[in-house]
Amino acid sequence: MIGIWDIIKVIFPAAIAYTMPLLMGALGGLYSERSGVTNLCIEGLMLFGCFASAAAIVKLQAAGVGFTLSIVIGIVVAMVASMALSYLHALASINLKADQTISGTAINMLSTALTMFLAQTITGSGNITIVRGIIRSDIPLLSSIPVLGPLFFSQTYWTTWLCLGIWGISYFLLYRTNFGLRLRACGEHPSAVASAGINVHRMRYIGVLLSGVLSGLGGAVILVTYAGEYNSGAGINGLGFLAIAALIFGQWKPLGILGSTAFFGLFMTIANVGRVLPGISEIPTGFLGLFPYFATLVALVFSSRKSAAPLASGQPF
Amino acid sequence: MGVKKMKKLGEARKASSILVSISAVFLGIVAASILILLIGKNPIKGFERLMFGAFSNKRRIGNTLAMSTQLILMGLSFSFAYKTGLFNIGGSGQMLMGGIVCTILGHYLPSSMPKPIFIVIVILAAIVTGGLWGLISGFLKAKFNVHEVVSSIMLNWTAFWLVYDFIPRFVKDKAIAVKSEPLPFSRTLGLQWLRDMTGMSTLNLGFLIAIASCIIIWFILEKTTLGFNLKAVGSNRYCAEYAGIKINRSIMASMAIAGALAGLAGLTRYCGYDTLMEMGKMPGEGFDGIAVGLLGNCSPLGVFFAAIFFGALKMGKGSLAATGIPTEIADTIIAIIIYFTATNIIIASFWNNRFKKSYEKRKAKEREEKKEEKV
Repeated sequence: MIGIWDIIKVIFPAAIAYTMPLLMGALGGLYSERSGVTNLCIEGLMLFGCFASAAAIVKLQAAGVGFTLSIVIGIVVAMVASMALSYLHALASINLKADQTISGTAINMLSTALTMFLAQTITGSGNITIVRGIIRSDIPLLSSIPVLGPLFFSQTYWTTWLCLGIWGISYFLLYRTNFGLRLRACGEHPSAVASAGINVHRMRYIGVLLSGVLSGLGGAVILVTYAGEYNSGAGINGLGFLAIAALIFGQWKPLGILGSTAFFGLFMTIANVGRVLPGISEIPTGFLGLFPYFATLVALVFSSRKSAAPLASGQPF
Repeated sequence: MGVKKMKKLGEARKASSILVSISAVFLGIVAASILILLIGKNPIKGFERLMFGAFSNKRRIGNTLAMSTQLILMGLSFSFAYKTGLFNIGGSGQMLMGGIVCTILGHYLPSSMPKPIFIVIVILAAIVTGGLWGLISGFLKAKFNVHEVVSSIMLNWTAFWLVYDFIPRFVKDKAIAVKSEPLPFSRTLGLQWLRDMTGMSTLNLGFLIAIASCIIIWFILEKTTLGFNLKAVGSNRYCAEYAGIKINRSIMASMAIAGALAGLAGLTRYCGYDTLMEMGKMPGEGFDGIAVGLLGNCSPLGVFFAAIFFGALKMGKGSLAATGIPTEIADTIIAIIIYFTATNIIIASFWNNRFKKSYEKRKAKEREEKKEEKV
């Protein structure tokens, strides 16, 4: 008989693993939207990052580069590749004053088609599988703390700490520096920022490109932690859109999105790991699968009424 | 002075939406050609094969039109919501729900039922199911201010998993575990005379439904008060509210009609073009419909032609194998075209500048000629 503590010990690390890509996607969206550019292409950017890191890691490992080094380079490649793709969104929505929803949708479609196209060219099939992802490890000392140790510090991926570190730096950057103040002001009253002599277009470019970098990281993290392959058929299952929903649910604030992505991460875990747990395993797969999306919908109903969306988000300047 | 200049500008030709769309298509094809060149293949040969695959004989033309059928309906669905200022990205889910309900009806309605009655029932079922699925997004937007893009994406995945559950539960194929049992010909939209005419292609009654939908949607948008109200909400929400139009009701009506059209697309896709549904497949038509709507400038006639064009790309790509170009090039072209339609302002201003220059040149010439005459 499996005790409740054992179940928690299974669910918790998995939930953290599922949360991190969502957190990075939502944080990327936060940079972009707080600077005043609606970003619906998180999905496409994350998918592109997932693909780019898969392609890079497979190529590098085939060339004999070491296991960890190839993963590190793969993650960097993903960040650069997604940033390049997000440049297209920045160009369209900042300089060309395009409809940002349409531009975002175009980027999503482009990412899906282009990654399939390239995967076909590279491997001949729609999938790229890496030999193995990051090996989980216990943090010395911290993992032996009772209760907290097994939950937070055992069997962790190093990317988790990287993501949390980036989240912490972002919080500081957005709320404790001139840069952060300016970026947030660009999303509220761009003309006021411009009259203070700051280049609004430049700030918005930084916002969108950062969303590319972080979404790319999120996509790469999906690959090197729990997915292990880029699959052109399934893509990333709408995770990028879940990240946008988490951004709304978290009211466009760093602390808010940490909470909301953890919430969604937990639901994703129940949907994916639930099959092996007593009590949950009797629920049909289909209903388990729709659970996170349905929960998101319900969460949005409760959080959208008082929306704290940046005022100028979606308006060209 | 400024006013005078404005007037003068007004006399020069303005870029029409058709010109902008064609420019986007042209740029998309150029970009795709570059991509094909980059992987070391011949783009001209590629496009030749695409055309061959889509139009080279009666049967292929029939298949292209059958492929376009879903795209017409999905394009209409997107366009209708877009006219009300809503971005219906939830076409895939509405389509899946319409498709699964019609598939289940196809299996469970008594086989003695005459085909015309059966067809009327499934059409109504597709409209109601898709409409309800779309209405959820509209309702959440109107009552709880939930952004329709996010809610309809979540509903897409909800529908995806519901279908995943319903196929094995109700209409399981005995041989293949991940598919529904194929519907017999008498329980699909297939028409014998259409098949005979097009050399046994997949063309079906759905194509006629799609044409009828184009006409009906055109009528609603252009000739009825409902259409006027919806367009008014789309062009200026606050102005429409001031004029006494009920915004919330318009949003819900618009999403419901958009959903109904997508539901019909599900019927034609799964009970006409195809005769079965697969588990774990999100239809790409949801996004393709957006592409069709945007390229067709959201007008029913534009949607019709844009859908045929994209349908040809999607059907023709099957013949690419011999050239070694990955078939995904077709979807890449569509995505690039949409990127360029999103940046239509830049294309329009390019043409407007060209027109202005040629207009000014012509004027200057005329003036000079007049002077010469006087002399």
